[in-house]
This record gives sequence, structure tokens and C-alpha cells, in this order.
Amino acid sequence: MAAHTQFSGGFQNAPVDAAHAFRAAMTVMARPGEIRSVSGCQPPAPLSVAAGVLLMTLCDPDTKVHLAGATNADAVRQWLTFHTGAPLTDATEADFAVGTWQALGPLNQYRVGTPEYPDRSATLIVECDDLQQTGPKLTGPGIKGTAHLSLPDVRALQTNASLYPLGCDFFFTCGDTLAALPRSTQIKDRG
Amino acid sequence: MSAYNFAYLDEQTKRMIRRAILKGLAVPGYQVPFASREMPMPYGWGTGGVQVSAATLTPDDTFKVIDQGADDTTNAVSIRKFFEKTAGVATTEETEMATVIQTRHRIPEAKLREDQILVYQVPIPEPLRFLEPRETETRKMHSLEEYGLMHVKLYEDISQHGAISTAYAYPVKVSGRYVMDPSPIPKFDNPKLEMEAIQLFGAGREQRIYAVPPHTRVVSLDFEDYPFEATKANHPCDLCGAEDSYLDEVIMDDAGNRMFVCSDTDYCRSRRKAGHQGRMATEGAA
Repeated sequence: MAAHTQFSGGFQNAPVDAAHAFRAAMTVMARPGEIRSVSGCQPPAPLSVAAGVLLMTLCDPDTKVHLAGATNADAVRQWLTFHTGAPLTDATEADFAVGTWQALGPLNQYRVGTPEYPDRSATLIVECDDLQQTGPKLTGPGIKGTAHLSLPDVRALQTNASLYPLGCDFFFTCGDTLAALPRSTQIKDRG
Repeated sequence: MSAYNFAYLDEQTKRMIRRAILKGLAVPGYQVPFASREMPMPYGWGTGGVQVSAATLTPDDTFKVIDQGADDTTNAVSIRKFFEKTAGVATTEETEMATVIQTRHRIPEAKLREDQILVYQVPIPEPLRFLEPRETETRKMHSLEEYGLMHVKLYEDISQHGAISTAYAYPVKVSGRYVMDPSPIPKFDNPKLEMEAIQLFGAGREQRIYAVPPHTRVVSLDFEDYPFEATKANHPCDLCGAEDSYLDEVIMDDAGNRMFVCSDTDYCRSRRKAGHQGRMATEGAA
């Protein structure tokens, strides 16, 4: 096979691959703290498989995407543009943003929705080195009792949750695994 | 089957619906606007539920459709056939076997599991619509959490009828924030809205999607001195003898005879299979 190009690494069977990927994304968003693995595409470095699958499943010409830090590379831009047609933008206008936590920050530059349309907010795809069901304690919708998830920055995410019903929603990706943190989740540093 | 894209809708439409579902799950009870498509069935036949199901289904799913609890009514049969043809998914009439259940106006009697998804067909998603016809105003009321009008409506029920007479589409408050229309399910079903499964609501004509994640607090609105009551016909099922299921009343003849049967056909059938018998079970067997 030829080397990785912008044309390769997409879904082999888009309707079915995207359906499976969405079910994983929906499951983790509905159950904060759950971790699922996804597959189906091979994005160029430094994107993880899970981040690539999420972008392919959710982005298209209707969604503005912000590539933060190292993800803003030629290979990623060309791959994303070819496969999704999503326009690239800066953080303040983004529907979706992808990158490491350091590269994405600060959080307050992203759209959080308006009181009448809280859905008009950014979804951040945070690339993590590690993703585990340990660490800060989570409570709220989707969680039976309590759950735990390794989070990059508890303080910033608590601030985001305090904006509810406004705020950003997060996917955390690591290799081919993903988890999510909607704005509705309450976070306690240590449980 | 190959004449259709998987689950009928094109991929860009499904992505748009999927993004709306994710926002709906992140803000439980909030109605997310979406660009509802025309479906090959009339409005009022579950076009919203069908679009949500189409965006949710995978080829591995087993799909069940109920219309007021029944698997064998026109609406349920046509939607089930639609997805058999366009998505090639397995279908079932057994609640236990299903992974995705699309429903019109009922929640199944059997307790739903963590691996199941319940998709509601919603005619009017806005609980405040009959109190305030302007969308701009109801949107503002939701943003300000101004739900006094709904309590006035329930109070007027009491002042006129001596009790809260709202019997279906009984308003609920989701996760302490948004007042939501649970679709026209009987209020008997309201306590079941706190469940293990993911609940998705689709209103096609009104172009709204909303959601209730599992284990989310869903409180039926009421007053301290007039608490919410989940009511049903005070009668056991005449076929299976169940005393805990929601019942339909069936007029038998023009002499005033009537019978009560479970509205959930699968629940009734499985109970009869297990040997339970109601008052008219033997006549029915003939």
C-alpha cells in the first residue's frame, strides 16, 4: 500500500462505521465516566483514532472545526477537508475543537451557547495521554450514584459546569478509546 | 435494500441529527432545534421518532415499535417494515429482545435495561405551547426558568375539577432545570421516566429533539397538598389478570358490556404464556 495520504484513512463503509461510532459517542455522552473504544478510520498523526472517528462521524460542511496546537498540521488539515469538508476556524467560532488540553485552552474563548439556545456551544475533543475510570468524582444525569474519570483540569471543568445550562461539552480521547463529560455533570475533586 | 442508504437518511442528515442528540443529552430536557426532513409518511405518524431511530440504529440492533403499547397497529407495523426494508435490521415484538424501541404514547411495562434505547414520537414538544402560543416567548420562559404559568394551569385543574385532571402528556421537570413534555404518555407512565435506558424524543413537524439520559431525576409537577398520582383504570386485565399494567377499555357490544386489557400487548402476551389468566381469558382463547 502507498503511504498515508489525505485520501486514505477514511471510513470503509461510511453509513455503518459512522452508526457504530455514533452509538459509542452517544453512550459515553449519556453516561459520563463510561469508556468505549471505536474504530473505522486511520487519521494522520497526531490525531488519535478516536478523535479521527469522532470528527468523521460528527463534522461536515455545516460545522466549523478548530485545530488546536499540533493538530493544526498540513496533513490533518488536508485529511479533514477531504473527508468532511468542514471549514476550519479559530477557537471563538468553533463548533468542534480538537487538540491536547494545553493546546485547547483557555476554555473561556469557546462558545457556550445563549440562554435561549444553549445548544449553540462548542464541543471539545481533548486528546489525552491516559484515560481511566479513576480520579475526580462525577455526579449528575446519566450517572447511577457516582462515577470517576481522569480529567485534565478539575477547576476549569467545574467552572464550565457552573454555567449550566450553558457551557461546552467534552469528549476525551486516548488511542481508540473515548469518554465524555457533558456540562450537566457535577465534579468533585476527590471522592 | 441496496436501493437505500443504510437507515434511509443520507449521511449528512444523520450527522445533523446526531449532533442534536448529543446536545440534547448534554442539556437534559432542553429542546434542540433540528432540520427535520420530509419522510415517506405523513406528519403525525412519527416522522421525528423515525429520524431519531434512523440516526441511532446500527445493523446489529433489534428494533421494536409500539403504538400505544401495541406492536400490531398500523403505525407500528408500517414503521417496523420501513426499517426492515431500509436498514435491514432485525425486528421483534418482545421488549426483552429489543435494543432500540420506538414508541408512540407509552413506556413498556417491562423494566428497560441499560443496553436499550427508547425513542419517543412527539407531536407537540413544547409543554408551554397551549399556555403561550409564541415560540419566542416560550423560549424566553425556558431560559428564565419561568414556569409559574404551568403551575397556574395545574392549579386551575384543581379549582375546576377538585384534582389535577391532566391525564397524559403530564409535565415533568428534568434534572431540576427544564420543564419537559414527556410526549402524550399516560401519567401512569411518568414514574418510569427515571430509568436505566437512554430516552430520546423526536418531534418531526415541530423540528425538535430532546433527551433524558439514564438515571436522570424526572419529577412530575404537583403541589404539596395535591401530590402527583399515577392513575390507571381500577381493574385487573381481563385477559392476563395483571393488576399493575396500564389498561385499555374495550366496548364489547351495544348492551354496555366492556372489558379492560393491557395496553402493552407484549406484556399481556408474555403473562398469558406464563399461565396467568384474567376474567375473560378462556372466551378470548376460542
